[in-house]
Amino acid sequence: MLGWVALGRGMTRTAIVFMKFISRPALVLVAKILSGATVRWVDCQPDTCQRVYFANHTSHLDALVLWASLPRAIRSLTRPVGAKDYWTRGPVRRYMASLFNAMLIDRTEIKVHSNPVDAMLREIGLKYSMIVFPEGSRNLTGELGEFKSGLYYLGKKRPDLELVPVYIDNLNRVMPKGEVLPLPLLSCITIGPPIWLESGEKKNQFLERARQAVLKLKEISS
Amino acid sequence: MVNPLSPGLWRLLAQGEIAPATADRMPLILLVTFLSVMVGLWLLGALIKRRAAALIDPAIVRSFRRRISGNLTMCLILALALLVDRVYTVVFFGLVSFWALREFITMTPTRRADHRTLFALLCVMTPLQYVLVGFNLYELYTVVIPVYGALFVAARVAFTDDPKRFLERIAKIQFGLFICVYALSHAPALLYLKLQRWDGAQNIYVPWHGSPAGLLIFLVVLVQLSDLLHFVWDRLVGKHVIAPHINATKTWEGLIGSACCTAILAMLIHWLFPVTPFTWMGAGVMGLIVSVMGASGAMTMSAIKRDRGVQDFGTLIQGHAGVLDRIDSFCFAVPIFFHVTRFFLIAPP
Repeated sequence: MLGWVALGRGMTRTAIVFMKFISRPALVLVAKILSGATVRWVDCQPDTCQRVYFANHTSHLDALVLWASLPRAIRSLTRPVGAKDYWTRGPVRRYMASLFNAMLIDRTEIKVHSNPVDAMLREIGLKYSMIVFPEGSRNLTGELGEFKSGLYYLGKKRPDLELVPVYIDNLNRVMPKGEVLPLPLLSCITIGPPIWLESGEKKNQFLERARQAVLKLKEISS
Repeated sequence: MVNPLSPGLWRLLAQGEIAPATADRMPLILLVTFLSVMVGLWLLGALIKRRAAALIDPAIVRSFRRRISGNLTMCLILALALLVDRVYTVVFFGLVSFWALREFITMTPTRRADHRTLFALLCVMTPLQYVLVGFNLYELYTVVIPVYGALFVAARVAFTDDPKRFLERIAKIQFGLFICVYALSHAPALLYLKLQRWDGAQNIYVPWHGSPAGLLIFLVVLVQLSDLLHFVWDRLVGKHVIAPHINATKTWEGLIGSACCTAILAMLIHWLFPVTPFTWMGAGVMGLIVSVMGASGAMTMSAIKRDRGVQDFGTLIQGHAGVLDRIDSFCFAVPIFFHVTRFFLIAPP
């Protein structure tokens, strides 16, 4: 009896692994076709070293498209950070999140002993890179908002991480806030040269510098 | 067994066993000849680039070669599609339309309220138009976009409660739909026409039994030749620029020279490869029309690009000109070519 249960579980697990084997490349393909994304590496090369890609946030598709546009070897080592309340609502979103190996961070309950930065650093260990959106939530105007301080603490606690600015162009038109159907327009992702926290640099100074790094890519891309 | 009106070229080849079918193989021969000439020119460009860099500006040669290689890619895909079946040609043009419209909308600023309208255009209207063409529903595919589509766009945008630059927005969307989808969809529609030709000896119209693929290939060849001739005339004898603020390279000499040359070439092609139901004079007039319309298309698209301040429609795709840059002259020539052909030569039911 127990054997059968174990066998059943094993098969289910195999089925899930197999499903992921098929649907992950499918998801990447769909994301690429939908966004028609061109990727430009400006003064920066794809690398498997540990990085924090920080980008402007204008659409729900941002994390998915940016993740899908990385080269495969790097993609498997990169985990987008998503809001737990959004990505755990409903089985489809949960499955999607598991497909692109998302790190789900609870943004409602932030306490001293369980703050998101520590959680992220624990999750990436010494292996993974991650994708973050330091504006916090999606901006509606298309202007780049102020950065939250998480990026600063990431840089402070792990000075070895490369902080790579990314500018995502036109995705807010592909899927604006409140829309369900994505419009398959062409978008453009520009990945810029990494920055680090300078010694003695103040929090606000650093966050402004990081924001300017993204804005500079915006100028390049348009 | 074998349908004599079928435009699939491989079927035409197969017919060789049944009928002395050199006439039926003409479209294929024309296409192969044209492609070889293009490849030859491309190689010539490569040669000039190496040897005679001192004589001709290398930038011109580079631009010339890029132009040819882009057109060549499109022609090769089209040739493959034609070779299999006309359905694939419809699908091919459908994909080109989709991509062109996508580029057009990407470049045109729209507002968030237009999202669902644009989605309907890209994902419903575009496939629908090509399905209608594929089922040869002439009464529908000529009407759906200019009547229902245009009104739908205006009304749908109005329903979204965003009055800002309303007229400008619907005009942009309607124009994109018209050029990228409606105009272009007439190209595969050529394959479904049942035509007659003028028999000069008997002074009557007789049914035309040639392959409609010939018409499309004739049109494609003329558009490409006209483009190239325009380019060459501009660079060699061009003096009077038509509209320097819109396109600094297109000249009156180029326009007139290429129109005349294309007309003569059209007659020459008609004489060498009788692939169309036109008379020799008709072929010449068609060449003239195609050339002038092609130039108009290129000018119009230039005007849009200057207005938007972009170099090429495909600037998002690094270094490449977009699909829309390749088909600009084609888009304008196709509907007129289709309409004139159908108006004068449609076989009575």
